[in-house]
Amino acid sequence: MAEVVGIGAAPRRKEDFRFVTGRGNYVADIVRPGMAFGAFLRSVHAHAEIGAVDTAAAAAMPGVRAVFTGADMAADGVGGLPVGWGIVGRDGLPMKEPPHPALAVGKVRYVGDAVAFVVADTLEAARAAAEAIVVDYRPLPAVVDMAAALTPGSPLVFDDVPGNLCCDWELGDAIAVDKAFAKAAHVARLKLVNNRLIGNPMEPRAAIGEYNAGTGQYTLWTTSQFPHVVRLLMGEFVLHIPQHRLRVVAPDVGGGFGVKQFHYAEEAVVTWAAGKLACPVKWVCERSEGFISDAHGRDHVTEAALALDAEGRFLGMKVETLANMGGYLSTFGPNIPTNLYAPLLSGVYTTPAIHCSVKVVFTNTVPVDAYRGAGRPEATFVVERLVDVAAIEMGIDKAEIRRRNMIPAEAYPYQTPVLVEYDSGNPRACLDRVVELADVAGFPARREASAKAGKYRGLGFSTYVEACGLAPSRLAGQLGARGGLYESATVRVHPTGQVTVLIGTHNHGQGHETTFAQIVSDKLGVPFDQVDIVFGDTDKVQFGMGTYGSRSLVVGGAALSKASDKVILKARKIAAHLLEAAEQDVVFENGKASVAGTDRAKTFAEIAGAAYVPHNYPLETLEPGLEEQAYYDPVNFTYPGGAHVAEVEIDPETGVVTLAAYTAVDDVGTVINPMIVEGQIHGGIIQGVGQALFEHGVYDPDSGQLLSGSFMDYCMPRADDLPKMTTTTQSTQCAHTPMGVKGCGECGTIGSPAAVINAVVDALAPLGVKHVDMPASPGRIWHLMRNAGLAQAAE
Amino acid sequence: MRDFAYHKPATIEAAAGLLATIEDARVLAGGMTLLPTMKQRLAAPEALVDLAALPLSGIAEADGVVTIGATARHADVAASPILARVLPGVAALAGGIGDPQVRHRGTIGGSVANNDPAADYPAALLALGAEVVTDRRAIVADDFFVGLFETALAPGEIVTAIRFPAVRRAAYAKFRSPASRYALAGVFVAALPAGVRVAVTGAGPSVFRLPAMEAALDKSFTPEAARAVAIDPAGLNSDIHADAAYRAHLVGVMAGRAVAAAIAFS
Amino acid sequence: MDISFTLNGRETAVDVPPATLLVELLRERLGLTGTHVGCDTSQCGACVVHVDGRSVKSCTMLAVSADGCAVTTVEGLSPDGRTLHPMQQAFRDCHGLQCGFCTPGMMMSATDFAASHPAPTEAEVRHWLEGNICRCTGYQNIVKSVIAGAAAMHQGTEA
Repeated sequence: MAEVVGIGAAPRRKEDFRFVTGRGNYVADIVRPGMAFGAFLRSVHAHAEIGAVDTAAAAAMPGVRAVFTGADMAADGVGGLPVGWGIVGRDGLPMKEPPHPALAVGKVRYVGDAVAFVVADTLEAARAAAEAIVVDYRPLPAVVDMAAALTPGSPLVFDDVPGNLCCDWELGDAIAVDKAFAKAAHVARLKLVNNRLIGNPMEPRAAIGEYNAGTGQYTLWTTSQFPHVVRLLMGEFVLHIPQHRLRVVAPDVGGGFGVKQFHYAEEAVVTWAAGKLACPVKWVCERSEGFISDAHGRDHVTEAALALDAEGRFLGMKVETLANMGGYLSTFGPNIPTNLYAPLLSGVYTTPAIHCSVKVVFTNTVPVDAYRGAGRPEATFVVERLVDVAAIEMGIDKAEIRRRNMIPAEAYPYQTPVLVEYDSGNPRACLDRVVELADVAGFPARREASAKAGKYRGLGFSTYVEACGLAPSRLAGQLGARGGLYESATVRVHPTGQVTVLIGTHNHGQGHETTFAQIVSDKLGVPFDQVDIVFGDTDKVQFGMGTYGSRSLVVGGAALSKASDKVILKARKIAAHLLEAAEQDVVFENGKASVAGTDRAKTFAEIAGAAYVPHNYPLETLEPGLEEQAYYDPVNFTYPGGAHVAEVEIDPETGVVTLAAYTAVDDVGTVINPMIVEGQIHGGIIQGVGQALFEHGVYDPDSGQLLSGSFMDYCMPRADDLPKMTTTTQSTQCAHTPMGVKGCGECGTIGSPAAVINAVVDALAPLGVKHVDMPASPGRIWHLMRNAGLAQAAE
Repeated sequence: MRDFAYHKPATIEAAAGLLATIEDARVLAGGMTLLPTMKQRLAAPEALVDLAALPLSGIAEADGVVTIGATARHADVAASPILARVLPGVAALAGGIGDPQVRHRGTIGGSVANNDPAADYPAALLALGAEVVTDRRAIVADDFFVGLFETALAPGEIVTAIRFPAVRRAAYAKFRSPASRYALAGVFVAALPAGVRVAVTGAGPSVFRLPAMEAALDKSFTPEAARAVAIDPAGLNSDIHADAAYRAHLVGVMAGRAVAAAIAFS
Repeated sequence: MDISFTLNGRETAVDVPPATLLVELLRERLGLTGTHVGCDTSQCGACVVHVDGRSVKSCTMLAVSADGCAVTTVEGLSPDGRTLHPMQQAFRDCHGLQCGFCTPGMMMSATDFAASHPAPTEAEVRHWLEGNICRCTGYQNIVKSVIAGAAAMHQGTEA
């Protein structure tokens, strides 16, 4: 597109040409000269002491270059995997933070814990050798259930973490909440499970380490959402490689969803092994291996209560949650069920008093960390389920109880009782719009029609808000973040006027190459096809915190906007010189700098040319060149929100829940590219629908084996499971981001689980069903219906 | 995958000879089960004997007997005009196996010889009283499916065709695992001249018949009659997707749906 | 063992160990990395290619089984690599992809389907795509792409 494409337009994505022609460049596609292949031996036990690890037979096999164990890495001074966020308990003490070696030392703590790493000439040889390693496991009793883990006498995941309690954390005013409950006319109570999920981006993880003995430079290619952070964590804390000698490249990455925003053991192991063996070492995760080594998500058990007055106004909320950390702390593990969870419990409501306590628990399971939404879907699920329970118990219409308690548009900015201040929003407008779009008025007739066909039909609401645009560094630091959460961008104008942007966020499906180019095209008036975005390489991009928490446009886009403004500022100075005008008289718009009120102008390309060929240039006051960089640290989170309506139909014969319709109205702030925003919302909704209806990471409580360890048993949403969705935006502008944007990557996933489950409960309400845990799988629904039928028959 | 020797014989005799002389040789048909097993290193045969070059993929009907060659792909069975005419229930079953790409490779012979407890074809064979034809003999379905992944095939014996009676009043209904799409409970119902036969897959360790339901359907070939039969959950499979009680219930529901489909075909 | 087949219209002869999957031959020996591997249980469909015109999962087929066949990969959809095939164009136009990882398999499955379905319904498309998993899009725009791509593939060839 040889023209300017600005904000609000929907150009075809720049990145798509390489993807649709099969020219994407994913880590598994990369071949390095002399490359060897690695395979991990992983624990088959959930909990065991490791005695001798006999690697002799494996090392002697043909093609095997080396076999490494945790002891080898420890002997070489390799450090443990660091945690990026430290939380503090209600007792004022820091969380328990046990060591997390890249290869297990002394004990294995979950099925999948890496015990040894084989490097061989071929992948087949590496795998065969891994099988030939003999590990003297001494199995210990395992614990996978959180309540069991907290029970005295439970097996201890770490000997020096009593009761397996990593941290007993709280937020909010317990006294105010007690007072609210004391004067309540009604209290709604609910116990619920937020099911463990396994993120499963379609591209499995992969990593290639390389060491150049001539320069002392290490390179890691990895499937990461944040290569600079991997460089920092791995270089500084694990391998002790100075930052300037370590390059981390995350090329095309096939989906992340949080799963790829952690520093993983495998990254460190391949890099370290490449240094030891002086050859590139490649590891590509198999899917079933990913199931037991990718960090999992969610896994909460919660008891919550909502106090209401006689008119159904919320007075207070009390939430007690157990949150699973698995067998070690993953990079952001402890932050997710605490700082990204409890502050969202106000939802879009004026609940004046809220208290939340979270017990963060170790178990013999895969470590748990962020998965799309990360803490906020869990909070929304608690709030929106409780609201429905209260509405049903008090006989108030479910939309009406929400309206009655919503923060009015004129009350923004709104300070919640749980830390955060919402800058903008209009939840009532979203709700009214979705009620209309979803034809809620026509639902009784649809329910009637379903009943005639022998089916139950239900409708569910979810009105939600999220905190994203991670994150204001100062606030994050107070909450325990061990790094900053700003973003950086460089706008490099070439002598001929084309632009390369170097940005610290990472594009793995979100369309940054397009959206960011639109921002630059809009601001600088440069044709869209003359702007390219570079990301994912620490040797090219100055610095960056990567992509997660719906932050890329909000924080990265703001940095890019600021850097573009700096370019304009300098371009105006150059133009003033070229046009022999005063700088204040020069106006920059539509890709031209002109003297106000005249037809004298210089194009952007002419200005760039003068900057790089400074023959006629104010060298005394201005440096040559036209390249500007900006860092942006947000002053607050952003608070996208919305209102979703799900409609389901249930087959009483089989228990199958069919999602019949889904309607979403989201407030994402300013929309840069509506096509991309819609796509993000679609995908987000279906990931939430997956949680509500299909997906479940299940462990055997006795053996600690993962029972849902492949796509044979872990149910991924497929095309034929799903309806056509209706989505739209109804935006207010963010008050503090440069473009008014709020972010849209997670809203679907945050809003949809509650809408779907509320619809399922609504469908089954005639049977007396009050709650359905996720996923609402056919077997679970059939048992609920049968038990309800038996209960009704008994009455 | 571990290394193996690959053979692609041009005749049945040559194939049989290879299987007889090479220890731990396996037959490769569509590979839809064998190759994933080998990829996971759960199987590591010395040699594979690929049946792809043998002329075994035909579908024919004569004198009320339908013969489907062992290497007929599921997609070809599903699309067969002969089957649509004389045995539509089997065509429909084949059209519902796995996904389109699986149907483009998977074969009836492979499915039958493997006898996966959740495979679809065994239910059709058992309910229709089909015969499994091998390079040595013909085995009636009642004798063929012995147990979990176990059949009456002798070592090295090659399935060459399946012979079905041409019956329009016969159909299959299954409830698929939402994750794997394999049958959690699949029921094939066939109204044969000698009486109704009902076979269940996915619900037990191997495909089995339901005599009580056969008797009920002999009296009244209606969905209601099928659903009225109580299914005993004892001995049925139980896993994270469906416990035995739910599977037992699903068998009844699927039987009713299969009967309705069979009536619609006839 | 020696095999020869037509790959994206070109005669190709290679010597492969029997224990080589078709996808391994394509990606690792022949450098055609557009075909992806997303699972190890033959379910995700990221590896779908055409063998003799039919879509198959190249992770569950031996390379030697392709001997004498015509194999088409995503790289073969657009023979000159510049002019997009109608299905590629439709995926781009309809925002039918996000991370791009499932996309080659999705398009290879879709082109097989569309060859015999010039005007499919949404339900037919969703049913056909059962063997292709996407984690990014929620499928809505993929379905839209396949319908648009099918129409474009048959444009000018009135049924």
